[in-house]
This record gives sequence, C-alpha cells and structure tokens, in this order.
Amino acid sequence: MNSFFSFVGARFPRAVTLLAGTVILFTLTACTREPDAITLGHYASLTGKDAAFGVATRKGVLLAIEEINAKGGVLGRPLAYLVEDIQSKQGESATAVKKLISRDKVVAVIGANASANSLEAAPICQNSQIPMMAISSTNPRVTEVGDYIFRICFIDPFQGAVLAKFAHTSLKAKRVALLTAVNSPYSVGLSAVLRQDFTARGGEIIAEQKYNEGEKDFRAQLTALRPLKPDVIAITGFYAEAALICLQARALGIDVPFIGGDGWEAPQLIELGGKAVEGTYYSTYFSAENDAPEVRAFVKKFSARWTNETPEAVSALGYDAVYLIAAAMTNAGTTAGPKLRDAIAATKNFPGVTGQTTIDEKRNSAKAAVMLTVKNGRSLFFESVTP
Amino acid sequence: MPKPHVYLLAALIIALGISHVSDKIDPYHLDVLTGIGINIILAVSLNLVNGFTGQFSLGHAGFMSVGAYAAAAFSLFVGPRLLGSAGGTAFQQGCLFFGALLTGGFFASLAGLLVGVPSLRLKGDYLALVTLGFGEIIRVIIQNVEFLGGALGLNGIPPYTTIFWVLAFVALSVFVVSCLVNSTYGRGFLATHDDEIASEAVGLNTTHYKIVAFVIGAFFAGTAGGLYGHFKMTITPTGFDFTKSVEIVVMVIMGGMGNTLGVILAAVLLTLLPELLRPIAEYRMIIYSLLLIVLMLVRPQGLFNFKLGKAKT
Amino acid sequence: MSEFLQQLLNGLSLGAIYALIALGYTMVYGVLRFINFAHSDVFMVGAFIGYYLGKLVPENTVWGGLVVLLAAMLGCALLGMIIERLAYRPLRGAATLNVLITAIGVSLLLEYSGQVFFGATPRTFPAVFPSANYAFGSLVISSNQILVIVVAALLMVALQLIVYRTKIGTAMRAVSLNPKAAQLVGVNNDVVISFTFGLGSALAGAGGILYALNYPSIDPLMGVMPGLKAFVAAVLGGIGNIPGAALGGLLLGTVETFVNGSQWSTYKDAIAFAILIIILLFRPAGLLGKFTVEKV
Repeated sequence: MNSFFSFVGARFPRAVTLLAGTVILFTLTACTREPDAITLGHYASLTGKDAAFGVATRKGVLLAIEEINAKGGVLGRPLAYLVEDIQSKQGESATAVKKLISRDKVVAVIGANASANSLEAAPICQNSQIPMMAISSTNPRVTEVGDYIFRICFIDPFQGAVLAKFAHTSLKAKRVALLTAVNSPYSVGLSAVLRQDFTARGGEIIAEQKYNEGEKDFRAQLTALRPLKPDVIAITGFYAEAALICLQARALGIDVPFIGGDGWEAPQLIELGGKAVEGTYYSTYFSAENDAPEVRAFVKKFSARWTNETPEAVSALGYDAVYLIAAAMTNAGTTAGPKLRDAIAATKNFPGVTGQTTIDEKRNSAKAAVMLTVKNGRSLFFESVTP
Repeated sequence: MPKPHVYLLAALIIALGISHVSDKIDPYHLDVLTGIGINIILAVSLNLVNGFTGQFSLGHAGFMSVGAYAAAAFSLFVGPRLLGSAGGTAFQQGCLFFGALLTGGFFASLAGLLVGVPSLRLKGDYLALVTLGFGEIIRVIIQNVEFLGGALGLNGIPPYTTIFWVLAFVALSVFVVSCLVNSTYGRGFLATHDDEIASEAVGLNTTHYKIVAFVIGAFFAGTAGGLYGHFKMTITPTGFDFTKSVEIVVMVIMGGMGNTLGVILAAVLLTLLPELLRPIAEYRMIIYSLLLIVLMLVRPQGLFNFKLGKAKT
Repeated sequence: MSEFLQQLLNGLSLGAIYALIALGYTMVYGVLRFINFAHSDVFMVGAFIGYYLGKLVPENTVWGGLVVLLAAMLGCALLGMIIERLAYRPLRGAATLNVLITAIGVSLLLEYSGQVFFGATPRTFPAVFPSANYAFGSLVISSNQILVIVVAALLMVALQLIVYRTKIGTAMRAVSLNPKAAQLVGVNNDVVISFTFGLGSALAGAGGILYALNYPSIDPLMGVMPGLKAFVAAVLGGIGNIPGAALGGLLLGTVETFVNGSQWSTYKDAIAFAILIIILLFRPAGLLGKFTVEKV
C-alpha cells in the first residue's frame, strides 16, 4: 500500500492521462448507424490461427448482405452488418456477443465456426432472446443450449453416419484406419461417430492415429499405419492437413482410398494435394463444381466480388445463413426476437447454395449429404448418401 | 484495526454496493469490468513472482488453467450432489462457488509447487523457458483427459461469477500481496530479487521465498481461473496457452515490475485497449505488438512506474 | 524392421529441419546471450519470399530452386539486420527481460502483419526444385528430404568454417566471450552483432524454404511450433554450440517421430517440453556444451 501513497504525492504523468482517456472513451462508445437499418451481428475469428475460416465465412456473409441491400433490403429496410473479431481466442466470443446485443442492438447473431466458441456465446444469445445461427459448429451440444440457438450445418452424428455407410456399402471396406486431429473437437467428434457406426455395421476400425491440427509432418503416423494394410483410411480433420497427409502417404507407397468430411471442402485441397488427392472421397453439402444453377450463380458472384476467388464451404454457409434469416424475417413480418425465432424454426426446404435446408426439431439443418470425388483436378459428384 | 485491513473492508463494501446496481449497468460494460477484475488478479499474482521475487515466469496461464478446470469440475461434478437437483438457494450456491474457487486455488498452488521446485536452480531465460514448457505440458495433459472434456473443453459451467466476487477477490489478492511484500517476512522476496547470492550469504533461504512466491502466485491465478470459468461458462485447454501467459507478463512489465498500483493500472489499460480498438479489428494485434516494442524501447521501467529514480528490473 | 528404418529416416529429415532453425537460435544466443523469439517468424518470412519468387522462376529446375533459396536467405538476412538495428540495438545493455519482451513483440508483429498482408489462408508452396521419390524396397525417401539433409549439413560446415577460420568469426567468438574486452582490442561490436543476426536469419530463411518444400502448405503462423521445437533442440545440444544444435535437432526430430508413430502421439508436444525441462535441470549446458561456473 506504500506505492499508493507515493503515487498520491507524485505529479500526474502522461501515463495516467492516457489511462483516464481510455476509460472515458470506452464508456462513451456508441454505435452510429442508420436508424432505419436492421443490424445483423457476426462474430468470427478474423485474426489468429482460425482466421482462414472466419475470413472465408465473412466473405460469404458480406456478399449476401450486399445482394439483399441491392434488391431493397428486408421488410423495406437495409441490412447493416457488424462483425466482431474473436481472435481465435477463448473468452472473446462471450464479450463480442454481449457487445453486439446490448450496444449494437442486433436482431440476430451469426457465428461461430468452432463449436467451442459457439458454446460460449450461445447461453448469452439464449438469455437475451436473440436468435443465433452457428455456421460450422458440428458438436450436437451447441443447439442443446436453448431454443434460440440454430445451426446451418450438419452435426457430427449425421456426417459420421454418412461416412460409415459410404465406406461400408459403397467402398466395401471392412478394415478402416482413422486419422484424427486431437486438438479439433470437430475431428474428434466425427471420428468417434464414424468408429461407432462403422463397427455397428460390422466393420472394424483397425487403428486410430492422432495428429494435431496445424502440424505438417505425418510420416510417422502413416508409417505406423502402412504395415496394417487398411482398406480405407479416414481423415476427419481439415483440408490443409488432409492434403499433406495424402501427399506423404502416396510418397510412402500407401495407395488405398482416403475419405473425409466437410472439413476437406476448400479449393486448397486440390491445389495443395495435386495428384495425391485424386481418387479420394469426401462428404459435403456444398461444392463449387456443382452444376445446380443457384450454385453456379453464387460461385460467379463470389469470384466477381472477391477477385477471382473460389468460394469454400464456410463461405457458402455464411451466405445461406444470411438469406435464411432474411427469409425468416420476411415471413415473420418483424425482427422481434421471439417471432423471428419461430420463423427460423419453421424453415422448410429453404433453397440454399448448400442444399435444400430444413430446420428440424432440434434446430439443426437437415441437408442431403453428397459424396464427392476428386478427378482430374476437380471435385466431382460421386453419389448421394442418406444414412 | 491496521490500515490495510480497513482498506480491504472498505473495498468489500464498495464491491457489494457495485453489485447491487449491477443490473443497471450495460451488460457489455459489466462484461469488460469483470474481465478487468480477472486480469488484475492475474497481473498482481504474477507480479509477486516476476516483479517482487524476480523469477521470470512465462507459464502463469497454466496455473490459471488448472484453477479454472478444478473449479469447474467441482461445480459440475460435485456441485449437483451437494446442492441436490433443485439447485439450492442463492446462499448455498454462493457457498458452493466459494468452495469451487478455493478448490481451484488449491490445485493451482499444487501446480505452482510442482513448477517452482525444479525451477529453483534456473535463472533468467532458462527459467522462462521451463515455465513456458510447464504451461504447455499442462495444456497437453488436460487436452488428453476425457472427463475434462478433451479438445472441446468443459461447457455449461454455472454462471456464478458476479461483479461482487470478482471485486472481492481483486481486493483480497491486492491485500495479500501488498501486505506480504511490505512485511518484515516479505523483505525476503525483495532481497531474493535484488541479489540472490548476497541474500544467501547473509543466511536468507532464497529457495523458501521462491517457492512461496510461486505457490501464492499460483493460488490467486487459480482463483482467477475459477472466476473466469464461471464467467464465460466454457473453457478449453488451448485458451490458456503461451499467448495468454505473455499477455499477463506484458501487464506486469507495463505496470513496472514490483509496482502493485502500476500493475493494476496496466491491467485496466490493456483490457480496455483491445475493446476500444474493435473497429479496426484486423489491425488490433499489429498495434498491440508495436506498442510492446515501443514501450520497451522508450520506457522500460513501465508506463505507470512513478517511483522517483529508476526502478530496478 | 523396415518400419523402424522408415521412421528413423523420417526422424532424421525432420531433425535436419529443426537443426537448421536451431543453428540460428544458437548463434544469436552465443553472441548476445538472448533468445531471439522472432527467429521463427523470420523463418516464415523466408518461406513467403520463396512463395512469391517461386512464381517468377520456372518450376522443377535446379537453378530456379537455387535462385529462390539464395534470394530468401538474402531477404531474411536483411530483415534480421533491420530488426536488430531498430528493436534490439537500442536495448543493448538493458535487462534481459526487456529484450525478451521486445523479441516477443517483434515476433507477434511479424505474425499478425503476415496475416493481414499475406492473408491467413494457407498457400501452396511451388515445387521450385525438381522432386522425385526414391524407394529402396519399402523404404521411401523424397528428394526434398535429401535436399534438407544435404543443405543443412553444408550450411553447418560453412558456419563452422566462418566461425573458426575467418576474421569476423574470431570477432564473433570474442564478443561472445566478453563484449567489453572485444571492444578494447578493436572489435566493432555493432558490425559483428549485425553480421551475426544477418547470418542467423539467413539460416532461418534457408530453413523456411526447405521446410516449405517438404510441407508445401505455408501460412503466417507456420513458424510458431517449429521455432519452439528448434529452440528445445538448441538447448538440448548445448546452446551456443554449433554441432550441438545439429545433434539436438536430429535427436529431437527422431524422438518426436517415434513418439508420433506410437500410441502416445498426442503427448508429443508435452514430451518435447519435458525433454527441455529435464535437460535444463540435470545438464543445463546441454549434451555438448561446457558447464560454466557462475562467479560472484
């Protein structure tokens, strides 16, 4: 406590003025926006290790909002868009969402990509009665938080079942090896379901090797799998590691088919993997190669807006999330929380670029899953799977 | 009653007062205020280890993580059995929460003991790395323990943290650290920091002081972790990594090592600054890192160090 | 048995990369007694220099690859010297803690600026050297892996020659022993330290290119883990000791690979740090380092 007294006796240096200024500025922060606009909030990782997904999602969201505003907005009012960066850090989602809801008065919240972040923000949205649409959070617990929480993507149990059926029935595999990214809840969840369902179908998971998302060298794990001679190897993580794993596996002489989930869906998979990913299969709801007219239109508009970039899965999800919420607002005729929530929950056969979407009774999106295969440097439709 | 005790009591009464008007405060502002409080506890507890005792620890987030998980596990697994399915009264929940925080602090101080003991022989850079290593080892272990949630972490932690609890623990940690350091016993910390060899030469048990610093610092970091867990309702192992440790170290350095008031002010500033910089979100961290470099170049004794004459670092 | 040999080979090539990065850490520590946290991010910048330059040279040619490698080394050397001049030199003589924090600041600055300017999405590194896979029975090694081992060995030998056979190398050793005495005998410390940083950063740049050739997915945060591991390797071998860094790198790479292929693979990071702690506790000078007694 002595330092306190010596402080009182000292002069007031610049540092304290800086601090005082910061506090005052902070309490005065208010949001200036068009009074007429409907504000949509979005929280995503724009920096840090998950930034690739957050930035890609934002591009889809922004495109959708710009398109809607160009056509006159929703309920005759323009949409305003506010995104908060959660820096790939825990703890930030809660603060970001509190700010969006209490200061910026958003009518709905979009986000997040990772389940852990969605789980952090969901209770807050639920308590404030603001609908939340998670983008790519696949853990079942997210929507269990409350009836205001929805998601626009698959859940792990669904996709795991799809992959198990595909491996067993279409690829006729009896012995499957798993490669799981242990620091990714998505991968851990998907592997767990795949193991359960595939074993229930009579197959055998002969080994599970683990890796960390962000790592580059998988030769050790592949060398351990090589002598076991699996029929199929499943990589339940994301595209960057999947591509590298395929490259290293082919170099090591492992020729079996690889399969994966929607985490593989990105143009970088083929860019990075090249010949090594030829003949691999993965499940998804969106493919930029899809010939359906709404997808072609979306891809064209996306690459026009974002200088020749091809959209990846999360961009498409973000795009659909906005349109779905906008449609719900139009149907409800209002942006008030409870009625908007009911309208979202009642969505049936919404024509999204990620497929015909119906919000089921658990507030998850029921979509068809398609298996794609990589052929001649492109992802092509292979077959539809219903588990 | 001695002066510091009067201040502590006054602080607790003020905390009670603020918590009564807390529902009139904007939730976002309340959120940031809670965050500030937690950061103050972290910074002040690290200041005991880094600033006063001169042990450069880069693993403080590891202690926070142990505390957060222990407290959350207590609330999630032991809580329902104690409170029954009805959930208990507010008073019972408060007691449970206090128990959870103490559990968190206890396990964190065990971790502090574990880290402190081997680190005794090491100085400067090497100590920093060992503590960093311990922080990462703690993270990996937690990630691999199934009942602690693995990679997804623990969620659905009951939101027991209120502004009263945070401010109460802020007052408590400042009280404990200040009284400790300003006591006759506490001169030992400063002596260990100033010149270890000379201290040993006059018969001071520097080993003892270093361990005590780590254990007490870890205890409060653990309670901060417990408060954090019951505030955000979700915790993951990767959230308490090396980057978090660095953030806390920066608060201590910016405040001026061994300067409690300075460290408190620095914690406030460094929690508010990222919030203010939200409009330029992508450039936020670039500015933060530039600030770090400029600060070290221009005012290495810390922004809030008002001691006349150069502070010892 | 063949699996064991394959894992050994994998471990050696991973270890060679760690060794290359570790050389830079160990050199700077040897001369300046401080851990350059920004080293791993200079490594990342090297990879990105290679990425942008790789688009300008034809793929799969040896001369194209060499141009990219040398350009990255040069670019990183310059970057290292600029960082030293602007961020570290003004703090010469200040407490180690302050310089450490500055180094962390520079590291964060490079990472986050990289995310803003290069974009956070991973990029595919072009195949600037001709690449092929060689198989000996079931043992497989790629030309890029061989390249790493060869280049790392060459650079290590070159480094030893510079440090022990040239004038500037002698000056570097003098400064690392006693900076004040070195100044007294006429060594220009500023020049020597700049040169050390330039050299260390050039090695990081080379490491970046070789790493990117073997693992073609590059992103602004790619240096964080390899940097930390390489640092453990440098300490393992004896910090300030050049052959030590190489030995440490190879050992760490091999241990990590064997752990990775076993059932304990998820504890891999923890094991690397556990090795660090054990070495620092029981043999702080490292495997090849000399133990110095602290004088009062």
